[in-house]
Amino acid sequence: MMLTIAAREWRSLFLSPLVWTLLAAAQGLLAWIFLLLVQDFRLLQGRLTGLENAPGVTDLVAAPLFRAAAWCLLLITPLLTMRLFSEERRARTFDLLLSAPVGTADMVFGKYLSVVLVLWLVVGLAVLMPLSLSFGATLDFGKLLAGTLGLGLLAAGFAAAGLYLSTLTAQPMIAAAATFGVLLGFWIVDLQETTGRLFGYLSPLRHYDGFLLGLVNSADLAYYLLFSATFLGLAIRRLDDLRLRD
Amino acid sequence: MLMQVEQLTRRYGETRAVDDLNFTLHRGQVLGLLGPNGAGKSTTLRMLAGVLAPDAGRIVINGVDLFDQPRRAKQAIGYLPEPPPLYHELTVDEQLHYSARLHGLSRAASRQAVAHVKERCGLTEVGRRLTGNLSRGYQQRTGIAQAILHDPPVIILDEPTVGLDPIQLREIRTLIRTLGREHGVILSTHLLTEVQTTCSHVQILRAGRQVYSGALADLEPRQQPGRLLIGLNVPPPVSDLAELPHVTQVDDLGEGRFRIHHAPGALLHRILVELAYDHGWDLWELTPERLGLEQIFFDLTVGQETAA
Repeated sequence: MMLTIAAREWRSLFLSPLVWTLLAAAQGLLAWIFLLLVQDFRLLQGRLTGLENAPGVTDLVAAPLFRAAAWCLLLITPLLTMRLFSEERRARTFDLLLSAPVGTADMVFGKYLSVVLVLWLVVGLAVLMPLSLSFGATLDFGKLLAGTLGLGLLAAGFAAAGLYLSTLTAQPMIAAAATFGVLLGFWIVDLQETTGRLFGYLSPLRHYDGFLLGLVNSADLAYYLLFSATFLGLAIRRLDDLRLRD
Repeated sequence: MLMQVEQLTRRYGETRAVDDLNFTLHRGQVLGLLGPNGAGKSTTLRMLAGVLAPDAGRIVINGVDLFDQPRRAKQAIGYLPEPPPLYHELTVDEQLHYSARLHGLSRAASRQAVAHVKERCGLTEVGRRLTGNLSRGYQQRTGIAQAILHDPPVIILDEPTVGLDPIQLREIRTLIRTLGREHGVILSTHLLTEVQTTCSHVQILRAGRQVYSGALADLEPRQQPGRLLIGLNVPPPVSDLAELPHVTQVDDLGEGRFRIHHAPGALLHRILVELAYDHGWDLWELTPERLGLEQIFFDLTVGQETAA
């Protein structure tokens, strides 16, 4: 049931030009950044050879690229998730799901799965770029893998937040704007150092940095899983509540 | 018994959209929910389909309580909301296939069901077209196809004939009557003719309340108070006519014409003909006025006495 919903959603996503445009834009931007990073690395390479414990190509190219990819996800996730539930409500197709013998959790997880897979596609395409360097350089695959995992988890978290916000309104644009605001809010919540550790802990950026250094910390893993689970749980509650109110 | 509804109530803020509704639906019945716009028809159907939760009441579908075991109960329902829920980027085939899978049909069973239902609803030629590009009539048919796809015992149709042209209208009404033989169908409409041509039972709603409920057969003219229109060249005083047996009311229409209201089943025309002959009233017109569903609908929903 969940897979049926995911397949339909995936199909609809790729039947709209929006996803293709987003994929192309993300790939184009990241490719440009990748190019700049490789160029910088070539300039630095000569000076690094003499240093002990010098940062390698993975640190100087892959890590900054992943940081840029995270920003990229922040920009495209709202546009991918905005239609998930709000469009169903706006176009009145939601009644089909509600009257079918399908649980709310199936709807939420099905749609979540489809959008996470699209985001992972973006992640996969981004990872291909540093991976291509392995033809001429020695990569630290452990770090690369950790970074990929971090980016994947970040995408999953963003998607969950976007999915929840799309259940709150029948207008996709409002859902997109709200998602962007919420994600950016989480992102910069640790900028104010004086507010202490709690806010710092809430920021997905903090937890992402570890992965880029090659550290897979269970606390960071748990953070992303909890982040996603919270928003998915809220989405299920919200949809159950809609039956009572709508 | 396919469906049992008890004390169904739903409020929107202060207004009661549906107020204490009770009825049952059996196999072989086509139940029409009739009422003016805003009477609570769609709200009722949304609750029956499990889309909307009621504030109070109980819905039992095919022996399963809709709120205790929603998934099992919903398996037995096919629902067509208004407007039909179609993903405009999918083709008719994809849409129907998706719906079939949602209702738990296997891949092979879905294919078979889709082919069968397309034939039934006249959709074979538009299978590969996008639902968004179809005319309103075809979208409606796709919606109906979607509702009966998994062969549910209970079929709930919200305004099923909206947007259909007269030929499609006849086809769909025939289809609904056919469905009504093996299933229980409940549909909403604000058109009287729809009820008269397709339904076996009718419920009339006004402002969320059930104001009439019964079989259409009970509305046969002979079961109802009747009215006769007569024209006399030499009319007697109105009071003479009013004193005739079974007569409840006489309206003087002028120029020797009268409308005589009488009790159900009275054979008043015989008496009138005999009297007219005996007294030389010179009868030149005798027309029965049928007091059918239309009049009942009008009386009940507008809440006025029969118009003079």
